[in-house]
This record gives sequence, structure tokens and C-alpha cells, in this order.
Amino acid sequence: MPLDPGVARPYRAAMLAYAVKRLISLAISLLVASAVIFAVVEIAPGDPARFMLGINAQPDTVAALRAELGLDVPKWQRYLNWLGGMITGDFGTSYTYRTPVAQMVADRLWVSLPLALYALTLSTAIAFPAALIAAARRGRGPDVAVMGATQLGVAVPNFWFAMLLVLLFAINLGWFSAGGFPGWSDPLAALKALTLPAIALALPQAAILARVMRSSLIDVLGEDFIRTARAKGLSMRQALWRHGVRNALIPVLTILGLQFAFLLAGAIIIEQVFYLPGLGRLIFQAITQRDLVVVESVVMLLVFAVIMVNFAVDLAYAAVDPRLRRRA
Amino acid sequence: MTRLASSFWRKSPGAREGQRRSPPSPDTGAALLELDDLSVAIAGKPVLRKVRLAIAPGEIVALTGESGSGKSMTALAAMGLLPPGARTEGAIRLAGRDLITLGDRALCAVRGAEIGMIFQEPMTALNPVQRIGDQVAETIRIHAPRTPRAEVLSQAARTLARVGLPAERVPPTRYPHELSGGQRQRVGIAMAIALRPRMLIADEPTTALDVTTQARILGLLRRLVQEDGMALMMITHDLAVVADMADRIAVMNEGRIVEEAPTTRLFREMRHPYTRALFEASRHRASLPPRPAGEPLLQVHDAYRSYALPRTRLLGSAPRHEAVRGVSFDIGLGERVGLVGESGCGKSTLTRAILGLEPLQRGSITLDGRDVATDPAARRRMQVVFQDPYGSFNPRHRVRRLITEPFHLLDDPPKGAARDDAVAEALEAVGLDPSVADRTIHAFSGGQRQRLAIARALIIRPDLLIFDEAVSALDVRVRARILDLVADLSTRFGLAYLFISHDLSVVRGITDRVMVMQAGEIVERGPTDAVFDAPRHAYTQTLMAAAPRLPEIGQDEPVA
Repeated sequence: MPLDPGVARPYRAAMLAYAVKRLISLAISLLVASAVIFAVVEIAPGDPARFMLGINAQPDTVAALRAELGLDVPKWQRYLNWLGGMITGDFGTSYTYRTPVAQMVADRLWVSLPLALYALTLSTAIAFPAALIAAARRGRGPDVAVMGATQLGVAVPNFWFAMLLVLLFAINLGWFSAGGFPGWSDPLAALKALTLPAIALALPQAAILARVMRSSLIDVLGEDFIRTARAKGLSMRQALWRHGVRNALIPVLTILGLQFAFLLAGAIIIEQVFYLPGLGRLIFQAITQRDLVVVESVVMLLVFAVIMVNFAVDLAYAAVDPRLRRRA
Repeated sequence: MTRLASSFWRKSPGAREGQRRSPPSPDTGAALLELDDLSVAIAGKPVLRKVRLAIAPGEIVALTGESGSGKSMTALAAMGLLPPGARTEGAIRLAGRDLITLGDRALCAVRGAEIGMIFQEPMTALNPVQRIGDQVAETIRIHAPRTPRAEVLSQAARTLARVGLPAERVPPTRYPHELSGGQRQRVGIAMAIALRPRMLIADEPTTALDVTTQARILGLLRRLVQEDGMALMMITHDLAVVADMADRIAVMNEGRIVEEAPTTRLFREMRHPYTRALFEASRHRASLPPRPAGEPLLQVHDAYRSYALPRTRLLGSAPRHEAVRGVSFDIGLGERVGLVGESGCGKSTLTRAILGLEPLQRGSITLDGRDVATDPAARRRMQVVFQDPYGSFNPRHRVRRLITEPFHLLDDPPKGAARDDAVAEALEAVGLDPSVADRTIHAFSGGQRQRLAIARALIIRPDLLIFDEAVSALDVRVRARILDLVADLSTRFGLAYLFISHDLSVVRGITDRVMVMQAGEIVERGPTDAVFDAPRHAYTQTLMAAAPRLPEIGQDEPVA
């Protein structure tokens, strides 16, 4: 059906105004976050130059290194240099490895980002059908089974799942390798290496997602418009599919956004279990080695990712629910 | 457009004659829907007891009664949409076929195609995230999945045009939240009649609507029944709504049909005392001894309030909605004033402003000379009773705590025995036993809750009470008793009140003076009887004409 121009124009304008407002608040959030991150990392005790050269270093050697690392200028200027560098893609040089941070982060991102997306896809693929079945058969066998399983999924930590998966699929069955990452030169092998970690990450997330979606669906099923749909001749299942799911999606989107942000950085333990060179391990190492430039840059990158994900979730709300498009 | 749509649709009833699966059996006569000793129990509790009712094609049968009488359950039973766990006995025959014996798949084929249903709440009955055209189209598509999409959508558009939503004014691409209440109810009707069902069930279709909208929706239903030869089962708590519309009326009480007769005869004879009680309560007027207005108490001077609307352009100022546009009036000590108007006229904004909850952009509101927005002393002398008594009470607190809430307005609230005395006195004033003070709110019926709300308002002995649609959600008999209570309290305590309602008949019986509000302005004001008997403003006249009226009792013909 063609969109009526009289309706569409104010609608698109409202949607655009909404997006612009979200973008402005996004930029402000990023600026505030960068200042906070810089301040916190600067306050942390320990001089990186001294740390790198060891305790027996000569003061003039330390001073020379400080100058080389750009640590000798006033703090506000270092903040501006750091900020300007990040905008132009120059994340500085790692104190420890003496390589550009941008390159290090990019390498790790090629592991962490696919892993997060993989886990998110899996958790959605598990959670949605489980929630639909549970909501449709509320209080009966399938619902009880799903609720029991999700209880377990929420309660058991993901590294425990990871160990079980390694035991079963890597050691006993030998279908997957127990750890390591072969790189993306062979995409299939790379995917295979990410499969067990992704499952381990996805299971607890799927449990939470399924519970949220189930209760959201049950709320929606009690709505008047579901009764209207039944009066039109839809079966319960059709009413659930055609009218329930989209209306139940708002709280689910919120959870999905939070989970994606967590998956990007929160996979430290899983990366450790599977020996994956991901962002989580990078930041962990950088902290223990007082590699401030790397810490600052990775944390800033993660903040950026979280804010972008939230922005995407905000836009998704408006796409799902036409009523929100007005709330510019 | 409407005419074109009708001529297209005219083809199908003839075509359907051939489709009838079974001819009506001889003993059902001409009845299309026949309920035969229908009994329903939910969780062992009977909700319908041996209901017998027959509706013929082209006939309008009204089902009336108070809440819990079983009228909605009768409708849901006929649709096969009873809540899970319901046990049904008897028979529900549609054109001779017993629907009780059908499985869910067969029932799905009947619903929407042979029986359509319209629900009470147009705000919630539509899916908020789907376009109205798609929602109407769904009725068609679900019963004929192979119809091409373009064909389905144009059928949906024609149906919308037929119920008064032509595409050039209200495009099918609109979402429900962009429509008014009346327009949404039209969408609900379009969904129900899209396939020209032979049977239409309307459950309180106009209860949530303004009087003028109600009149138009009732007119539409009548026209559709005539054009399609549909049978209509119309469920309503308001006898006046169906008085000049229904062919027959069935009165329900506690799951039974206590009286059923052609409309004229029912109003003439009223054989059952329950019918008579309902009728009397519907047109009840509290006895209100005349009282001269005292010194001005509440003074509203040039009150103005507007709101920013969502932007329609990226740059430039947002448009504004002027909710209250320079309203002025006084209420004297002990004076009883009514405020009527339709939804969106600014009543609620004005009420909030009087309560000091809404800042004005211009003008002033004072109570005994004190500004209501800033001076807590003014708030102390004024209390409010809202429409939904349940929603305005914290369900976890006991009555004692609930009704003493306004004490926080006092500098020196009574304590100990004095506090208990105040609670007992307030409860007795509204006709409740003081011993209920230790119960929680769920133990009370709707009418009792409204009494508690009034007790809460009275406890700090205000000079002015504001009743905001305070009796709109109550059954007619309960409403009559609450109105008597309000009149009695005003006589005993010399209370002044502002009675806000969309229901003209209620305001008439309980006020000395009335004001009619439209689009943020008071368009007419005067002594209540004068305004009702001889409305001068065109809008007041429209309101009066649209209000449904009960026939005079004992008269041979109902007002037609």
C-alpha cells in the first residue's frame, strides 16, 4: 500500500528529529566518557616509563622515555592529543609492545566482534523459540521444562559450561579443538574455533533472554487486541505470532542491547578458557603491565561500542513501535 | 465512496445463501443464533444459568444488566471465547449448528466470518503496532488466505470507507494511536463486518465514547444491520442506549435472564422487580434542596494552559495545543456546580489546575483568596474524588491509613483517640461501619470503594470537593446511592462541590448550576434546569440531542 504523503512527511520528520536528538546526546556521552576514562587512568598510581625501564633505570633515561611517550606535557594537552589522535584513528603506541594500539585493537577486534555476534545469534536462536513455546503452553509441560532450563542457565556460570563443552566435544568426541584461534585465512576453521566459546557465552544469555521474552509475551497475550484477533478467527498460535511477538519485543530489545555490550568486553574468562586472542585478554594484560595507552584506548572503544549499540536499540524501538516515533 | 463500496458488497449475501452449511432446523424457526438452556461455570462457580435467547436475522436484541450479571459471558460463550477452564452445558446454535460441539479449528472458521464481535475499549482492542488497513485486511486474509494482497487491501479500504473512514480522510496506513476514540471503534466495527457476518455481537460498543460519538456509532450499527440483514446482539449496562434501537431487550441478573420482551412492552410492563429497579436507578435524581450561593470560595480568573505538541518539522517551533483557553468562573460557599464536556475539551487540565497540580501560563485560581498553586492553606480546604476508586488507593495499606492520608496537609494532625474518632466519623458519614477501618481495599466492592474515596476527602473537613467523573464507572443502582450520599453530605456539611462528568443526566440531578465546556472554553453556563430545558449554545444543543434518553414509564410508545 503506498504511504500517504500527508501522513508520511510529519512521520519521517519526527523520526529524523528523534535520530538527530539521539545523535547529539550520543556525542555528549562520548565526550564525558572520554574525560572520565582519561582522568581515572591518570589517577591510577605508577609511572609507565619507570615501569617499562625497571627500578634500576637512570633518571635521565626515564625522562627521555617520558618525553618519547609524550608524558612530559601538561595533562590537559595530553588529553587533547589523545582525543585528537583517536578521532584521526591514531590510538598511540603501546608502552609495552611498542606497536601502534590501533593495530593491536584491530587484530583483537577481529576475534571479539565475530565471537560476540556469533554468541548473540545463538542466544537469540535458542531464546526466541523457547520463549514462544513456553508462553503458548503456559503452566504446562513445555513451559515448566523451559523455565527449569533457564533457571539452570542463569544460575550456572559460563566458564563451567565452557569446561563441560571442552570435555565433551573437544576431548571425548574430538569434534572441535580445545582452544586457540587459527586466524581468518580459513573462515570455516575460524568459525569452528569460535563455536564452543560462542555456545558457552550464549547459554546464560539465552536463559535470561528467554525468561524476559516469555513474561513479555504472556503480558501481551492478556491484552484486549489478542482477544480481538481471536474474534476475527485467528487461532491462539496465529494471534501469538502475528500480534504477540512484535508487541513483546521492546523489553527484549533492551536486554539484547545490554547483552551485546557485555559480550564484547565481558568474554575475558571465556577467552582465557579457550586461549582466544580477544579484547578481554588484551585489556587484562594491559592493566597488569600498566600499559595506559592501551587501557585508555580499549576502554574508550568499548564505551563507544556500548553507546552505538544503545543508539541502535533506540532506533529499533522506534522501528518496532510507531507510537515511539512521536516522542522526539 | 460508501455507496460504491456497498454496491460491491451487495453481491456477497446472495452468494452466501448457497454456502449455508445446514438449513435452520424446524424447531429453531427463523432464529439465527439460539442459546438453549446455556449454563457456564468457571472454576466451579456458575456464571450463566440456563440462558435461553433467540435472535433472528435483521433483529437487534439488547442484553442488559449490571456488572457481573453474565451479559459479557453470554457473548463470549457465543463466540467460543470463554476463558480456559470454563464448563459449558446446553446448546449454542448458529443457523442450526451447535457451536459447543465444534473444535477450535472449526470455531476459528466461524469467528470473523459468520459471527463478528466488537469490544468495549477501542483504545486497547486494536494492535498498537499495526496499520488499521492491515488489521481489517487480516479478517479477510485469515478466512481466504489465497486472495491476492492488493485485492485484500482494497477490500479492507472499502470496508473502512463503509464504516465512515474513507481513505482520503483517514488513510488505511494510519496507526491506531493516530485516531480518535470514535474512529478506533469504527476500525473495530470494520474488522468485525469485513466479511459480512450474519451475526454481530457488540459488547458495550459505546460505553467508552462521548455522547455525540456514541450517537454516531449507534447510527452506524443500525445502518449496517439494515443494509446487511445482520442479527445484532447488543450488550450494554445503559438501558437508555438501547431504548430506541433494540427490537427486544433481555435483562440479566446473576447469570439468568430475568425478563425478556419486545422493547415497547418491556418498558410498558416491567414485570420483574429487578427491571423496574434498574430503570428507576437509571433516571434517579438526588433530592437537592435549593441553597443560595454564599461568598465566593473558588475563583478561577482567565485560566490559560497550553502544551507543546510533537514537532512536525525538524527545525522551527513545535505546535501547541491550547487545552484551557481563558476560563473564568466562581464557585460560592456551599454551591453545587456541574462541569460537562466531551473528552479532550480541557476538563481534566482545568481540574488539575484547580487542584494546584498544573501550572497556568496565564490567569489565576484562588481559594478564599489564596493561590492554589503555591499556598498549602488553599490545598487544605479542597479535596478530590476520582473516577477509578481502586486505582487511587494503595492496595497494601489498610483503610485507616488510606483515608487519613489528607492529614499530611495539616500542621497539627489529630493523634491517638482523636485520630480514631476522625476515622470513625468519616466512615459513618459515608454510610460505612467504623469497624472496616482495619481492612484492605480489595475487600470492598466498587461502590464501597467510592464511599471510602469520599470518606478520605471528607476527613479534613474541606469546603470544596471536586468529583472528577466520580460515578462514571459504577453500576446504575450503586450510582444512584452514591449520588444520594453526595446530596446528603452537601446538605449536612454545607459542602460546595464541582461535579465533573461527561454524563449529562447525572449532572442534572445533582447541581444548582452547570457549565458546558468545549475546546478549552466554557461555551454556556447557567442554572442547571434552565440550561437543560432550553440550551442556547449550538454545542449544548448537540450534546442534549445526542444524549440517550429513557422512555417515560407507562407510556405506550418508547421515544423513537
